[in-house]
Amino acid sequence: MTTSQERLPRLLALVPYLIARPGIPVEEAAADFGVSAKQLRKDLELLWMCGLPGYGPGDLIDLSFEGDTITVQFDAGMRRPLRLSGSEATALLVALRALGETPGAADADAVRRAVAKIEAAGGQAQPPAVAVGLGVREGETAAKAREVVQCALRAGHAVRMTYYTASKDEITERTVDPMRMLIVEGRGYLEAWCRRAEGVRLFRLDRIDEITELDEPAAPPPYAEQTDTSAGLFRERPDHAVAQLVLAEDARWVAEYYPVERIAELPAGRLRIQMRYADLSWMQRLVLGLGGEVTVEAPAELADGVRDQARRALARAGQVPAAP
Amino acid sequence: MSVVRAERLVNLVLCLLSTRQYLSAERIRSIVPGYADAPSDEAFFRMFERDKTELRELGIPLEVGRNSAFDTIDGYRIARRDYELGDIELEPDEAAAVALAVRMWDSPELTGAAHGALLKLRAAGVEVDQATPAVVEPKVRTTEPGISPLLAAVHARQVVAFDYRRPSPVEVRRRTLEPWGVVSWRGRWYVVGHDRDRDAPRCFRLSRIIGDVAAVGRPGEVRQPIDIDLLKFVAHTNNGPPETSTARLWVARNRAAGLRRRATVVGARVLDDVEGDVVELEVSPGESSAGWIAGYGADAVVLEPDVLRKAVHEKLLAVAGESR
Repeated sequence: MTTSQERLPRLLALVPYLIARPGIPVEEAAADFGVSAKQLRKDLELLWMCGLPGYGPGDLIDLSFEGDTITVQFDAGMRRPLRLSGSEATALLVALRALGETPGAADADAVRRAVAKIEAAGGQAQPPAVAVGLGVREGETAAKAREVVQCALRAGHAVRMTYYTASKDEITERTVDPMRMLIVEGRGYLEAWCRRAEGVRLFRLDRIDEITELDEPAAPPPYAEQTDTSAGLFRERPDHAVAQLVLAEDARWVAEYYPVERIAELPAGRLRIQMRYADLSWMQRLVLGLGGEVTVEAPAELADGVRDQARRALARAGQVPAAP
Repeated sequence: MSVVRAERLVNLVLCLLSTRQYLSAERIRSIVPGYADAPSDEAFFRMFERDKTELRELGIPLEVGRNSAFDTIDGYRIARRDYELGDIELEPDEAAAVALAVRMWDSPELTGAAHGALLKLRAAGVEVDQATPAVVEPKVRTTEPGISPLLAAVHARQVVAFDYRRPSPVEVRRRTLEPWGVVSWRGRWYVVGHDRDRDAPRCFRLSRIIGDVAAVGRPGEVRQPIDIDLLKFVAHTNNGPPETSTARLWVARNRAAGLRRRATVVGARVLDDVEGDVVELEVSPGESSAGWIAGYGADAVVLEPDVLRKAVHEKLLAVAGESR
């Protein structure tokens, strides 16, 4: 949405907003509307020129400025904000309902009350156009981990945990300073400053095998920044290697499950992709697991590595006496 | 939007809100400042049409009608009761839920709409502090290009057509759908509706739509069934029964950490001159468990069941490049 398209809704909301908050500082109002104080003053100047037919001194919207604060003297009949549009109500109510159904995300009762009040005020009776189920898959261990994480976040405590890193297939002990909990694509994550890695990391709750809340305060360094989730959780880095793979029909799910670059559709439903990976052993496990459904075109070290591993695995399995 | 146009639109809204009578276009032209600048009748009507469209797009309920049977042309007004957002007050915990809900979207389509809703709630006097840290931050992303046209079609109740790639067997076909709603389930987006080609309700994954979504029907044509629960429809389509069975594996000592964290050690065994453990773990039937285990190469050897042993064997054979 461009700035100009946002202006009219803001102009229509501004007078009722100010009526509800007599004497509010310009800076504060600007922050609530997400614009600069300069822009807000421009908006107020414009509103000052608007009013009721007749457009004489008593008909125009009248605002009084005292120092840096504003008060509405005459509203010209614009006392309440416009109702929520269908898409606004959808975006807000769908998000609220999704929160209410997610374990631990928000007080389910508060969510229910908020939904009821907004529906009553907005009168949005149309059938829902959008539904969201965060559908968090939470086993027993992950639920326990979540509870400990939430306790630690509320108390502002550090935690010690046993964590499984899938990319390296290793289990490590770490002490981390929790920052927040996230739910992205149906999975719960703890975002924390990892003292071992000396950086902000996202830890999947279902990969925390054990966790204890410590007595010491969580102290992420001031320069620890929250992860921007808007572009997904996997970050491409220049030091990542790139594999070029051809997926057979039954392995196309790989291109939907992992961030990949689609190169070309091939005959018989095959797909040529490029995929970045941080750890060679992780990529080898993926390729081995896909069996004949994938062909490694590059790099050679990956193609040779998996072939060699498969041969050794076959030789070893051959040592097991066949079942009777 | 130019200052002149913004001012004219605000004045138009104030004027139409303050009148009980329907005002004809000509009357509006003579009253509302800005229209007098139109150099010709044609220019005025073009200007007025654009303004009406703009107001309707914002969700302003513009009523069209005649004051009496003697009126020869339609007039316009805005009914205050349909325009104004009702009274609403939120408790602090309800406002906190709203703040979290607004932050949930990582989506150009839905973030803007949620912020629009927040603006109006604030204008109604509700205090929502967006800076309040939450213990859990659920995030829902929209990356599929199809979401905007599909949302628009659902709101307009319009039939759509698109090319859809079925994953297995791969087949691209044109689908014609009466869309009922768009659903995000576990981070994946679907459109649910009545599939005209199959004459049955179906859901389609947005990431499998190829190219553009075209609106092909007239607005208002689609009727959503009253008793449909969109979320349940998608969730039900996607949930297989979670059946598992016990498998017995040999795992090299201190290797395959990812397998071990799900397994119980039941004994020790030397295989192929390598020290290892015999472990038991629950696996789901089908390819995914075999792929997971095959990924560990020579570090994990299936002892039983035989069906799993063979499935892993086949995958390894394929990667080793040996004929089956």
